[in-house]
Amino acid sequence: MTAQGGTARRIWGLMYRHLALYRRSWPRVLELMYWPVLQMVVWGFITAYLAGVQGNTASVAAGVLLGGVLLWEITLRSQMGFAISFLEEIWSRNLGHIFVSPLRPWELVAGLAAMSLLRTLAAVVPAMVLAFFLYGFGVWKLGPVLVAFVAALMAMGWSVALAVTALILRHGAGAEALAWGVMFGIAPFAAVFYPVAILPAWLQPLALCIPATHVFEGMRAVLVDGRIAWDHLAWAVLLDGVWLAAAAWIFLRQFHQARVRGALLNIGE
Amino acid sequence: MDGMESPALLVEGLSKTYTPGTPPAVDDLSFTLPMGRTWGLLGGNGAGKSTTIAMLLGLLVPSAGRVVALGHDMARDRFAALARMNFSSPYIALPHRLTVLENLRVYAHLYGVPDATRRIAELVEDFALGDFATRHAGQLSAGQKTRVALAKALVNRPALLLLDEPTASLDPDTGDWVRGTLERYSAATGAAILLASHNMAEVERLCCNVLMLKGGRVVDEGSPAALLAKYGRDDLEQVFLDIARGRARAESAA
Repeated sequence: MTAQGGTARRIWGLMYRHLALYRRSWPRVLELMYWPVLQMVVWGFITAYLAGVQGNTASVAAGVLLGGVLLWEITLRSQMGFAISFLEEIWSRNLGHIFVSPLRPWELVAGLAAMSLLRTLAAVVPAMVLAFFLYGFGVWKLGPVLVAFVAALMAMGWSVALAVTALILRHGAGAEALAWGVMFGIAPFAAVFYPVAILPAWLQPLALCIPATHVFEGMRAVLVDGRIAWDHLAWAVLLDGVWLAAAAWIFLRQFHQARVRGALLNIGE
Repeated sequence: MDGMESPALLVEGLSKTYTPGTPPAVDDLSFTLPMGRTWGLLGGNGAGKSTTIAMLLGLLVPSAGRVVALGHDMARDRFAALARMNFSSPYIALPHRLTVLENLRVYAHLYGVPDATRRIAELVEDFALGDFATRHAGQLSAGQKTRVALAKALVNRPALLLLDEPTASLDPDTGDWVRGTLERYSAATGAAILLASHNMAEVERLCCNVLMLKGGRVVDEGSPAALLAKYGRDDLEQVFLDIARGRARAESAA
């Protein structure tokens, strides 16, 4: 087997371990879709209400809000999909077997990212379809730049998940709650539903350091002005690179420290 | 080392101190495990057996010393060695919501096993897993779990097998079956096995050499027969107690 073939096989082995869980369990699949669909329904009614009171600007406002909901769900689900797949290994006390196999740390990260992609698609695509049929909003109206937006948001989700995973390696079960909660703390500063200009001046530089901020500014540029904000897209990609590099460094350092402390065998206890 | 073949394990000056200023968990451990041999690692709780095995597997970074497994330095090239090694411990579970077959498939992929379907079929037959192959690992009895864990440990036909108390909490019949399986595997493949155990009868039966650990150091070493003769005892359990209670030197000198 070639080196590339071996790598692909090991990554698939890790994915198979998670996919096998979903293959037999429809409640698990349903749980993936549940929150994104619920969010979409609630925000859909809110936008319908706003449409009623705002007259002819309603359709644009609705699009901005629903687009924000859907794209933020991509960020959130990609982060949770990665971190929770890692937690599954801890909960099943399987990390010891994983780490004495030939699976390299970066292959573990690639497998978790691939699972995150599948989980995100399973979670967000039904909400997107629902948004179209219930409220007439098709996120694909953003055009081909949507692909770049999705990629940038997923990369941000993975970088946050890598950092969370590093904290779990460092602090064990005590850091598990971050896997669910950390993105909610970032959301107010990521300009999901409002422009950066709405934030207090002292907060704006902080917001502009978040990759998602530039994606949402770019989304509003498409929906409101009908143009692609290439500068924001470039910033999103650049910041994603910085965030991913920083998170990978933190993860690899904590992984090494866990090997020094002997934490890989008893993490989660 | 005989110069003709790399040893399965070459361990030199291996030490581990978890917290600076505290006594080391493993202290200056050195040994060479040849291919095709089964060695035992004996010692009381806290003697350093599990820490040693974790360092041999690359799960734990040593404070000093080095490990060369199957010709690969574990500090620099551990993944090449890990592909030809495997490990089993009753204290590390397999994913309990996956079936037995799914678990074996996962590890066949992770270890890059060629013709995995055939290999898994062989393991199902050899370990008599057929009756519960489609059940979740979490639903199995202790004996069934041990058989599945051993099947997983042999999925890649390892040249070096590390086992941490492989028959802990098993009934005598299942324990005897496990020991027979390990004997047959080693004889058929020439694999080396390092076995940490508290079961002295198991060590006497399987191991051609025993490392006696106490306080993280090797305090004695030899074949079970040689240790029995040296300590003037009838079974290895008495030798173990002599060493654990610090009366070894006095009685062997007398």
